[in-house]
Amino acid sequence: MPSIRQNPQADALPDFRNLGVTARVLIVVNLLAAAAALLAERDWAKTLAVFVGNAALFEPPLVASLIVLYAAAPRLVRMPYWLGSALVIVLVVALAAGTHALFGEFVAASLLRALVLAGVTAAVVLTYLRLHMKAHSPALAEARLQALQARIRPHFLFNSLNAVLGLIRRDPRRAEQTLEDLSDLFRALMSDGRSLVRLAEEIALIERYAAIEQLRLGERLRMSWELDNAPMDAMLPPLVLQPLVENAIYHGVEPGTGIGDVLVRIERRGDRVLAAIENPWHAAGAGGRAGNHMALDNIRERLMLFFDDEARLESRVEGARYRVEIEIPYRSRA
Amino acid sequence: MNELRIFIADDEPLARGRLKELLADIRGELASAVVGEAAGGLEVIDRLPGSGAQVLLLDIQMPGMGGIELARHVCTLENAPAIIFVTAHDRHAVEAFELNALDYLMKPVRAERLASALKKVLAAVPAAGRERIEQLERAATGAREFFSVAERNRIVLVPVGEVLFLKAELKYVTLRTKAGEHLIEEPLVAIEREFAERFVRVHRNCLVARAAIRGFERAADSGEEEPHWNVVLEGLAERLPVSRRQWPALKSVLPEAKE
Repeated sequence: MPSIRQNPQADALPDFRNLGVTARVLIVVNLLAAAAALLAERDWAKTLAVFVGNAALFEPPLVASLIVLYAAAPRLVRMPYWLGSALVIVLVVALAAGTHALFGEFVAASLLRALVLAGVTAAVVLTYLRLHMKAHSPALAEARLQALQARIRPHFLFNSLNAVLGLIRRDPRRAEQTLEDLSDLFRALMSDGRSLVRLAEEIALIERYAAIEQLRLGERLRMSWELDNAPMDAMLPPLVLQPLVENAIYHGVEPGTGIGDVLVRIERRGDRVLAAIENPWHAAGAGGRAGNHMALDNIRERLMLFFDDEARLESRVEGARYRVEIEIPYRSRA
Repeated sequence: MNELRIFIADDEPLARGRLKELLADIRGELASAVVGEAAGGLEVIDRLPGSGAQVLLLDIQMPGMGGIELARHVCTLENAPAIIFVTAHDRHAVEAFELNALDYLMKPVRAERLASALKKVLAAVPAAGRERIEQLERAATGAREFFSVAERNRIVLVPVGEVLFLKAELKYVTLRTKAGEHLIEEPLVAIEREFAERFVRVHRNCLVARAAIRGFERAADSGEEEPHWNVVLEGLAERLPVSRRQWPALKSVLPEAKE
């Protein structure tokens, strides 16, 4: 699968029904016009006159555009960004042509100039609004992160509790340990996911998770860990690795009756951290157990919210093995 | 001592252990003995028939064979045990159980719930084999992978993929594979419905595996007006007659049908 590309927040068109957006558009266009007037005319007295004169050129299409965009807002918001922006520019230019026809005689400007100015202004305003959204989207990103919070599979929860109950009389100490591990796991799952954690913590979590699964599955699960070169102080979003291990066991080991090998390898390569998780691939069972794609998309989106284009998540089948690879920039706690 | 003979099927050893502990706990209310255990579908098929079990506690999430298909095969036994399904969390399964009045328990199981489920089994009049199988058919989410033939003390599984044709005779249906023949007690129409993609009808009493069709030939005793056709199957010398009524439908369905 391709590496992370889209930024879901800034890729939406501005909401033209939003008062803030309308106000910004009005202010920016008028400021641009004011700047143009200042550049054109050296005499302060005449600058205002130039501005007012130009206003006759741009205010009508501006107001008309805002009205039309207000009406078209619901439909625009559903379009892909580039298509929507192109449509907005076309709309503005069309309206400029329309108003020029109506008010043109009051302004000393050719139709072509008016259209070009309208188009350029529209493009500039859209760019400004996009940058504005990008700069102010952390609040949205935080909300999104919370929504993407990893969730535990009920199947795992109830089977683990059942395993603890099965152990509690025969081996109370191990039952205790398992409940403590479960408790750590839930604590991590309930964290708000907005701050990064150290790799050492995430590794501790997946080791505990694997221990619980080992208890349930016994010999059917064989974990291999290659963590010698793992940079323990690397920072990453929480619960990126645990769901991958969970999937590896759920899709790779549980459907089989024999031994399933799950490999977890984490290493540092220069300024990148690479993690790979491998499990047996069951082609026939792949349809029966749904949910793998959603988990990967969830992780991909969280990585992207933190690292933008610098993180990569890929999955592929290699013969009888399924492999997920994650690559993130190496950032230790500053 | 009138102990209820119970067979436990669950892929997790701790889960099986827990059920055994609970059964010991409720001994006062209900005497029971565990007559066998299995960790997977095929083990159940292997071990259950000879065990004399009256109740099967069946985890539906075992690897290998799905719980409901397994239950169908178990029901073909002459003295088939009552089945209580066990699930950790499966909304679809639970819906299917509720809709079809199939007994089930949720993991982790409580001693009281286990006791009342078992008592229910003791009190209930066991439903006739065919009726139970129909309930399970309705609860199933997909076609079976095996047909099962119950012999005196064992269940023989015949992979659906190996069946070349099915012929109905009186109450029974003969399954023919490359290796041999088996007799099962199921209506041909139900099989046709369940395996609509896999088997096609060539005659009122005969279904044929589409994948096994090599072609068609004119029957030796054909008259000139309307020829009789036979279907030729992979690896089989025997030719099966295609009924005149089925021939038009067959021709349109199968591209390799030749004149």
